[in-house]
Amino acid sequence: MQLTFILNGNETQIDTREERRVVDLLREDLGLTGTKEGCGTGECGACTILVDGESRLSCLMVAAQLEGTRVTTVEGLEETRKGTLLRRAFAEEGAVQCGFCIPGMEMAAMALLRHDPEPTRERIRAGLSGNLCRCTGYVKIVDAVERAAEDLRCCREGR
Amino acid sequence: MADIRPLEIGRPEIRGDAMAKAAGRELFSADLYPADLVWAGAVRAGVPHGRLLSIDATAALAVPGVLKVLTAVDVPGPNRHGIIHKDMPVLADNVILYTGDAIALILAETREALKLAIPLVWAEIEPLPALFDPEAALAEGAPRLHPDKENNLLMAAEIRKGEASAAFTECDAVVEGEFATPVQAHIFLETENGTARLEEDGCIAMTVSTQSPFRDRFEIGYALGITFERIRIASPSLGGGFGGKDGATVQCLLALAALHSGGRPVRMQWDREENLASGYRRHGCKLKYRLGAKQDGTLHALECELVYDTGAYAHLGGEVMELGMEHAGGPYRIPHALIRGKCVFTNNPVAGAMRAFGVCQATFAFESMMDLLAKKLAMDPLDLRLANALIDGDTNCAGVRLVTSTGVVGCLEIVRDHPFWREREEWKQKAPLNTRRGVGLASVFNAAGYGGKVRDSAIAKVELSADGEIVVHNAVSDMGQGNSAAFLQMAGHILGQDASLMKLRQPDTVTAYPSGSSSAGRTTYTFGNALIKACEELKARLINRAGLLLFIDNDADLRLVPGKVIHPPTGREVPLKRLAGFMPHEDRVCISQFVAPVCADVPDTASGFFIGFPHVIFAYGAHLVRIEVDLLTGAIRVPDYLAATDGGRIVNPAMFDQQVHGAVAQGLGYALMEDLVTREGRVLSEDLSTYLIPGVLDVPDIVSIPYHGHEETGPFGMKGIGEVALNGPLPAVANAVADACGIRLCHAPLTPVRVLAALEGKSCN
Repeated sequence: MQLTFILNGNETQIDTREERRVVDLLREDLGLTGTKEGCGTGECGACTILVDGESRLSCLMVAAQLEGTRVTTVEGLEETRKGTLLRRAFAEEGAVQCGFCIPGMEMAAMALLRHDPEPTRERIRAGLSGNLCRCTGYVKIVDAVERAAEDLRCCREGR
Repeated sequence: MADIRPLEIGRPEIRGDAMAKAAGRELFSADLYPADLVWAGAVRAGVPHGRLLSIDATAALAVPGVLKVLTAVDVPGPNRHGIIHKDMPVLADNVILYTGDAIALILAETREALKLAIPLVWAEIEPLPALFDPEAALAEGAPRLHPDKENNLLMAAEIRKGEASAAFTECDAVVEGEFATPVQAHIFLETENGTARLEEDGCIAMTVSTQSPFRDRFEIGYALGITFERIRIASPSLGGGFGGKDGATVQCLLALAALHSGGRPVRMQWDREENLASGYRRHGCKLKYRLGAKQDGTLHALECELVYDTGAYAHLGGEVMELGMEHAGGPYRIPHALIRGKCVFTNNPVAGAMRAFGVCQATFAFESMMDLLAKKLAMDPLDLRLANALIDGDTNCAGVRLVTSTGVVGCLEIVRDHPFWREREEWKQKAPLNTRRGVGLASVFNAAGYGGKVRDSAIAKVELSADGEIVVHNAVSDMGQGNSAAFLQMAGHILGQDASLMKLRQPDTVTAYPSGSSSAGRTTYTFGNALIKACEELKARLINRAGLLLFIDNDADLRLVPGKVIHPPTGREVPLKRLAGFMPHEDRVCISQFVAPVCADVPDTASGFFIGFPHVIFAYGAHLVRIEVDLLTGAIRVPDYLAATDGGRIVNPAMFDQQVHGAVAQGLGYALMEDLVTREGRVLSEDLSTYLIPGVLDVPDIVSIPYHGHEETGPFGMKGIGEVALNGPLPAVANAVADACGIRLCHAPLTPVRVLAALEGKSCN
């Protein structure tokens, strides 16, 4: 099929099979390897992307589902202030170890902050509960999202 | 404005790899899809023990896109690999010893074709009686799995210190216990994978997610009968390792595929199911303990037996068992100890290296015994630990005199003085309805380094590039623990450079030098020590060459600062880029080796050990957990966790906490939920919905407090702490359950079913 969608702000057309897994489409066909695959069965969250602003597991989606949508991957984080602040918070708060889960964590956090701009630690934990990390014990990941929310609040209030 | 200041030891510098990883730019081995790729995949035996009679690949070869199906006859060379014991076939040629034995290797144009073809390879296998339990494998008349290994023993060994049997008669209190630990899977998120290509010069160039690129060349080279110099391995950042990528996973199969792909690049990527079924895992272990003490709580005698199930092949099973035995008496003074170990072959999947290998099994037993003893003596469990904790100059349970930093007392004191301990009774009394609260302790230690007879060496290389940047050539894989960031920090500290002026190269056997595996708490320690020497040499050289350019006689008047060498008295300076233009390449490169210290006074306590005994450097810790037991469901909740850790001086406090947090979380998984169950040699979990690891809701805000020690032999006074904290959670939680409910759980993981059974008075074992 001829697939047309907006990828990280750019209109994208690609000829692909309808049933091509989105994670493969992104990584292999479009070269966006920031999105990771950790399990292939929807349990680890490493392949999380945003589809029309909502977090989705790209290993459980097929190409046809992207038609006409707006897709954001980790590579698109720098397009927005929120994404830039979030990325910086992850790096500076020590949330990154091996880093393989981080793109998915960030995309889940983006969706969380969209619905809940000032989350408590408990709500951050709930928002990230679909994403597994084996390195960090999650403490500094929660710190990073908390910090990003605070930075965003400062931005909104012009501080 | 960018803050240009040199990196500094002791500061929580942002990891050098953090931004690239947070931006999704870091390229892992899993991210490489070279053009014209061939996909390779293994066909697994599926039976636990049998004789391979024939293979028919006709149907598989008929799948469009399938290029080749390779079998053992296509393997040049001895077709055996293994880190120490070469006992594992690349492709099985005769006997099948576990369900994950590879029997054929398929090369295909696409992953889809590969998936279709794998189940179409038909193998005729004559089943043989299989062994799934070490006890059955040791029994008389059991079939022998490896012709050269009597009684299916990979290794049997003993540590004998003093006269344990006689000493029990001198004890006022004796406690006994039997324990069983689960099989744990590493669950690195990046599954085993790599790419390989046969180059025009006859070399095989590989990029692999591996903890041991230099050693891999020898494993592949031996198995395939080619010289190691024909194999080049690059090891980019790993998406986790935890020991599971130490030793060949995809390596030999990939190299074999590259020999048959007509020069096209080959990619192999195990999926999660293959990872769980055929990857390495932690040894399950059964332990029997007897511990005696004097009335005042002084430990006096220990007798124990540890039986490790190593599965079908040796891997590092003997070394895992040895390390467990060396830690079997905990971080305490015990004058009399008799420690027996057996490492047994079965037809279960292969157990290998995993963070805190051998030790976490022993720690569960020993720290449970300490609480049993405290109860029997009516002593405070923390006082009992403090009274017996090792100090500098003591001999440990293996009879080794401790001549390096020993901070377990300091760690226990941190716990003793913490509100979680001081206010434990008040906290426990506030338990919600249908809930009991408990507080549990564990003292932990973990050796660092390879141990006796295994040269623990690293060769560091640092250079000033032609562009004037400092380039650190890391040679020990970074599986996420942050050693490469620590190396940048060390180099920046010595060379006075800011992170933006430095580059890091991840291990590549062409451009770096053999520096051992990323394992055993030795990665930052050993390579770091080598790097310090190399950086100091480079610093002296840059200053000296700058003196030539600036016409300054005295090197002592010159300073290396970010991007340049300056002469403060005159204000003159030379940028590093200009300096590089005057230095030939060999002058801009410094290479230095470090060999870790070994025990100068090896006691005669150990028999049956092959290599790896004894160790001289240990990290220590003391852990406290607060738990809630749901009396209706048996579920254990962990609201608070405290870990005090002695890792010597801290190079980077943020990275120190990262290691502690991560190890505690992995340890909580081991304590509460992780169990890679097999039935008749078949792994029952196919995915992460049935093999559960802790999620963000399962792990509390772990409190990590450092004990500020100093390890004289370590780089900047540090010692490795990647492993030590994994040992604490299981015994601490078990002790907390006993504290909460008065039940002693000896069979891990401590699942709700086991808790409920024990609460109802049924046997917990």
